[in-house]
Amino acid sequence: MIVMDNVCKSYKVAKRNAGLKEACKALFHRETEEIQALKDVSFQIADGEMVGYIGPNGAGKSSTIKILSGILTPDRGTCSIDGRIPWKNRVEHVKQIGVVFGQRSQLWWDIPVVDSFELIKEIYSITTPAYKDSLEELTSLLQLEEILKTPTRQLSLGQRMRCEIAASLLHRPRLLFLDEPTIGLDAVSKLAVRDFIKKMNTEHGTTVLLTTHDMQDIEAIADRVILIGRGKVLLDGTLQDMKQLVKQENMEKKAEEGKNFKENEYIQADKYVEENANGEDKERFDNLDQVVAKLYRQLDIL
Amino acid sequence: MKRIYSSAHLYGRYISVILRSTMQYKFSFFLMVTGRFILAFNGFLGILFLFSGFSTIREYTYGDILLCFSVIQMSFAFAECIGSGLKALSGMIRRGEFDRILLRPRSPILQVLGTKFELGRLGPMITSVLTLIIGILKSQAEWNFGKALVLAAMIAGGTVLFLALFILGASFCFFSIEDGGILNILTYGAKEHGKYPVDIYGKRFLQVCTYIIPYAMIQYYPLQYLLGKTEHWQYGLYPLASIVFLAVCYLIWLLGLKNYKSCGN
Repeated sequence: MIVMDNVCKSYKVAKRNAGLKEACKALFHRETEEIQALKDVSFQIADGEMVGYIGPNGAGKSSTIKILSGILTPDRGTCSIDGRIPWKNRVEHVKQIGVVFGQRSQLWWDIPVVDSFELIKEIYSITTPAYKDSLEELTSLLQLEEILKTPTRQLSLGQRMRCEIAASLLHRPRLLFLDEPTIGLDAVSKLAVRDFIKKMNTEHGTTVLLTTHDMQDIEAIADRVILIGRGKVLLDGTLQDMKQLVKQENMEKKAEEGKNFKENEYIQADKYVEENANGEDKERFDNLDQVVAKLYRQLDIL
Repeated sequence: MKRIYSSAHLYGRYISVILRSTMQYKFSFFLMVTGRFILAFNGFLGILFLFSGFSTIREYTYGDILLCFSVIQMSFAFAECIGSGLKALSGMIRRGEFDRILLRPRSPILQVLGTKFELGRLGPMITSVLTLIIGILKSQAEWNFGKALVLAAMIAGGTVLFLALFILGASFCFFSIEDGGILNILTYGAKEHGKYPVDIYGKRFLQVCTYIIPYAMIQYYPLQYLLGKTEHWQYGLYPLASIVFLAVCYLIWLLGLKNYKSCGN
């Protein structure tokens, strides 16, 4: 059970204009600007849920993941995961979670993957029988047999990502945080990763929190979507709720545009026709990327 | 106790992984050994030439100076070999790799140390051993078992001291993303100045090296004892002070870690 309650987090960002002169000035007097990464973020995730966490770049997704995994301390608010406060009981906490960063590797570059796994076994103090079990299961589910003995640096991105995911699950965490796990993967690898995540959830009841920009990930995996923008939770519901929101606002906008149509004929006429010419909404709502893009624009969170 | 054992075990595994990886870059390893060796050998040549003109400096003979030189070189080489992960910390933080370290249920410092182990840093060891032998034979010291122990303690204490300085330097990375320029002044400065017993630089300097960056504790004071220049036998125990310094630096590290967690990177 994850409970986030009014979590706030701000960063100080150094600010200066371009140029050498400005850089010299900044040596002595640094102007900082405070950026609110998270503003009163609250949500709850029950055991065994699969939640997609979406939002535009810089919305606060990574900050949330970092707080949940105990890397960051929030300024205000509380967060408890199965009764633990992540940043206070770091060591106890991280034993129970697995984190995959799609853009960073946790494997040792020059040694065969299986050697990395053995080191992780040591780090998490996994007992040998438990390790063997996990390894066997992960190897067969993620089809790792052939690549286990290859050094990480020689793996393709898709192969590496499968190994990354396996590495995060060797200690059988109850919670899995995935930060853009399918970024840059080909279609086959994407499907494999998605299937695997679902399987872990059904077979082991692993709670999954997934951030991604790939809406198909969300559609395939998540039963529930949390949308965050400019540090605030804007929507917490199903994909259907999200589509509904876009539709609604779309209607309102059209009604308004219809009014404007009379006032400002020249400019609006084309647009109005174009919007309707695209066929009925149905088709457009099948393309999730468009739905999300529209939603981001509507909510003005880009 | 169990924790210490398991940490040591894990550290051993890290080293084994790193050694296996470095085997794949033999040429780079060879270059580093040679480079470091030449660098250290230069230092030795400097002392050699100096003493072709003088017979003593402030009552230190050629052998005495070499003894001091070899102790510092040797401890620095050990510390650099073990602690090069600490020197790479600012890069790790900038690239976001430090987050991964916090995601693992082990002490962060152990994991940072476990990212690098550069055997090539032991290049100066060749020079150090050579100068140590000359130093032992030619210095004014009259050797006995106790003095041999003190000499070993100086090398061990020196390693601890330099490691502590690396930790201190690494801690700065948590407060500022800038690289540890200060770190280099402290460590390389100490290494360069430490070639000679610090009192040849004057009393003020000796005070700084006693109370602020305490490398006189592993060098000047025990050396006085070895060379029979003092009545105080306690000077032989001074290398133990490096452990206190290590503890202080570790506290600063913990403080830095806390700061990192509250402001991110």
